[in-house]
Amino acid sequence: MSDHHHDDHEDHSELGAMDLRVRALETILAAKGYVDPAALDILIDTYQTRIGPRNGARVVARAWLDPAFRSWVLTDATAAIASLGYLGRQGEHMVAVENTEARHNMVVCTLCSCYPWPVLGLPPVWYKSAPYRSRVVRDPRGVLTDFGITLPLTTEIRVWDSTAEVRYLVIPRRPAGTDGLGEAELAALVTRDSMIGAGLVRAPGASA
Amino acid sequence: MTYVSHADLGGRPTDEPVKPEPEGDPFHARWEQRAHAITLAMGATGAWNIDMSRAARETLADYAALDYYGKWFEGLLVLLRERRLVTVGELAAGRALEPASPLPRVLAAADVAAVLARGAPTERKAAVPPRFAVGQRVRTRAAAVPHHTRLPGYARGKSGLIERNLGVHVFADAHAQGQGEQPQWLYTVAFSEDELWGARATRQGLTLALDAWEPYLEPA
Repeated sequence: MSDHHHDDHEDHSELGAMDLRVRALETILAAKGYVDPAALDILIDTYQTRIGPRNGARVVARAWLDPAFRSWVLTDATAAIASLGYLGRQGEHMVAVENTEARHNMVVCTLCSCYPWPVLGLPPVWYKSAPYRSRVVRDPRGVLTDFGITLPLTTEIRVWDSTAEVRYLVIPRRPAGTDGLGEAELAALVTRDSMIGAGLVRAPGASA
Repeated sequence: MTYVSHADLGGRPTDEPVKPEPEGDPFHARWEQRAHAITLAMGATGAWNIDMSRAARETLADYAALDYYGKWFEGLLVLLRERRLVTVGELAAGRALEPASPLPRVLAAADVAAVLARGAPTERKAAVPPRFAVGQRVRTRAAAVPHHTRLPGYARGKSGLIERNLGVHVFADAHAQGQGEQPQWLYTVAFSEDELWGARATRQGLTLALDAWEPYLEPA
């Protein structure tokens, strides 16, 4: 997995126009007492280091390992996911949808970029992009091709457009050859994209 | 007054590929982090609600040209200016020139974790029974509406099946217009690709589901 650190851009000493504008607004909001700068730092740290797709991967691994949890997450995802400590903002109302041989699920928000933050973190650029939002509701197999994925024509592709405050998590298929793996090992195979339906789970032993 | 959303992208013709991106840092510049954080912190003040935020973003004239956090930032400026919480002069000067206006709340550092964990659930108690039952065929509203709405253009005037009753939720259309929550039953409605796309259907075994509030639906 490629690690994308901020050093890439923070090496630049000159600040861009957006840096200056955002900084100016933050200064005004702080001076007026509308925002607490320390709260902003905590928000940033939270979404950079604590809330991300490894949370969702743990949910998926648990569902693969524990039939009772799988059943719970498929019938009351909000409660089942909250039991692992993932809840709140942009995950208040969760629905989990399971991939099978017969059906492959894909999630989109064509109207903005709704995404289940507590389990997946903030969305990747492609999820928010016009091509994804435009195409996946009509040509999901074409979109899957962009991700290097071809599924049998007999598999139904079910696209979920997140138009209200319900957020969708895809439970991808467990790959063969993973018998005996524990929760952490299984979770390591679960990619972010597989929990949106735009990717598959890594085969065990494949490089990340 | 006309209302134009530039965000309703589903089904728009484009040959542009989707560009996969490795899992990693969700931010690509420092200003994106700050813009995200100040938007969340201002949202937590209660000066507006999330549906008003979406309306502010989707009506930005340069929506298509802005990147994601650019939309957030410009949408935030619209909301702040509309409420005179920040003035154009202050933005130009880069500092506060006017006295602060009172806000319902300010998000304190000590409360961030609890506020995020609580989120903003939209489900409300039912006051009336649901109009539709699972398995029932419905038709979505065909007309465009002159305000924020969450029924995508591609799904207007289409016949689908009620697949799930999601309970009663804050009605985005009313909430965005400052008309209160007006909670309504919310349903998952499933459509066939032929119904949605007709001759443009790619015939690849697609079914599509979206979540629709009761006022969007009529019996079919």
